[in-house]
Amino acid sequence: MHDPASHSHAPIAPVLAGQPVLARLEGVGIRRAGRWLIRDIDLVIQRGEIVSVIGPNGAGKTTTARALLGIEAPTQGTVHRAPGLTTGYVPQLLSVDRTLPLRVRHLMELTARFAAREVEEALGLLGVAHCADSQVHTLSGGELRRVMMARALLRRPDLLVLDEPTQGLDVSGEVDLYELIRTMRDRLDCGVLLISHDLHMVMAQTDQVVCVNATGHLCCSGPPRMVADHQGFLNLFGRRTADALAFYRHQHDPVRDPAGAAAHGPAAAGQAGEVREHGRAG
Amino acid sequence: MLDDFFTRALIAGIGIALAAGPLGCFVVWRRMAYFGDTMAHSALLGVALALLIDAAPALGVFAVAAAIAVALSALQRIGLLAADALLGVLAHAALGLALVMVALMSWLRIDVSAYLFGDILTVGRLDLLLVYLGGAAALAGLLKIWRRLLADTVDPDLLRAEGVRPEPTRLAFALLLAAVIAVSLKIVGALLVTALLIIPAATVRSFARGPVHMAVMAAGLGVVLVVVGLFGSLHLDTPSGPTIVVAAFIAFLLATAWSVWARRRDRNDRVRGGRHA
Repeated sequence: MHDPASHSHAPIAPVLAGQPVLARLEGVGIRRAGRWLIRDIDLVIQRGEIVSVIGPNGAGKTTTARALLGIEAPTQGTVHRAPGLTTGYVPQLLSVDRTLPLRVRHLMELTARFAAREVEEALGLLGVAHCADSQVHTLSGGELRRVMMARALLRRPDLLVLDEPTQGLDVSGEVDLYELIRTMRDRLDCGVLLISHDLHMVMAQTDQVVCVNATGHLCCSGPPRMVADHQGFLNLFGRRTADALAFYRHQHDPVRDPAGAAAHGPAAAGQAGEVREHGRAG
Repeated sequence: MLDDFFTRALIAGIGIALAAGPLGCFVVWRRMAYFGDTMAHSALLGVALALLIDAAPALGVFAVAAAIAVALSALQRIGLLAADALLGVLAHAALGLALVMVALMSWLRIDVSAYLFGDILTVGRLDLLLVYLGGAAALAGLLKIWRRLLADTVDPDLLRAEGVRPEPTRLAFALLLAAVIAVSLKIVGALLVTALLIIPAATVRSFARGPVHMAVMAAGLGVVLVVVGLFGSLHLDTPSGPTIVVAAFIAFLLATAWSVWARRRDRNDRVRGGRHA
């Protein structure tokens, strides 16, 4: 099993040449109330890159994002953020107390002032311009998430952190949202950290995948097609899922034989060169 | 004009209501009613300590209320008990301690009920100055921390994600509350200060369209309630604090009845509209 004392961190090298590193986690662990929520997490996010964190429920995906943002202080390891980094955070849930009368407009300007025109433009971009004068507690979950994304974009962040942004959206809504995320990435030239359950979308739409297992440890990370071949990923999500994802691998890498995926152990991953190996073999 | 005790009480009461309304909105939004109550309960301890060292009672009240706020955040960090249990311990410990102290200080004749329920006969010119200086300071402080406090009320993580720690803002808010409690003691009394914070805010909630709107309305309603309550107290010969609270409660009932009626009317309109469509 895992022995933290013997764990040595693989050197984490930025993969996009010439792009500055926005934030980096090195061997980060967070312990709360006697329990490790995450442990030995390495992660690099560069400008212009969409990095997604996947893993089962309770694996510490949100905690990883919170560590990166500085909301949670790490118990071990280090968190680096580029000096002067502007972040935009869209939490998974936001519950506004009914006793607080708050219009969407007010919510948009919660932490900083913006011109009304800017606010409306941001809301319009997310397709929720009609909500500008609605009370926040009357919004649906999907509307509120879009409003929160608009709020994050208003800040023109260098790093955009989205916690489960597709929750509660239908398939076409998801596709639109991912397209929007890519557009925002290009327009703002920012890095995006995306937390998601949705393997298909993650594999198809993101540049780097960080896979966390149920014990809060890093299982593997790298470009989607590499991660999809990784034994740890297969253990975590099962063969069936992996086979279903073969489609994306084919798209990206027609030479590879999807049937051979199960045989790829850590050794095979090492061969691939790009996937980063984490945790113990087995 | 200021020679008349009743005029002084009116002016002081208006000043208190103006500061208590906006602060009270945050007490309601942040679900800190019991927190305000605990600080208010500790006020008598502040009075007793101040008299012991021959200082101004308001100063003692402020100091003890502030100490309670700091103690609470320290105890919360230890995290053995939930906040409401901690508040229950602190509130009643402070009140018990104060009553024991007052009983032991037999050389002083303190009218405890005047501090617990307010006594407009005791409002002097110096108190007026205190109310307006303290109240203005509390409002100015609130204005300064407004945006951060509101953001922290909605979701502290939004602040933390932007590199802002919410704790200093929370402490500042607790100190502002302590200041308002300290200056309201003579008019409404320790046991009823929380009512002046909460009831106006709760009453205007269903009419408010935004946080600022609600704060302004709460201040305005508070002024009306204090004036009505003080006149009532004068005519009925009742203690000022409880009379103001009764007036506030009547306003709250009326507002609640109105919003229930308005909601039902809206629903009926919708049903009827649906049939026509």
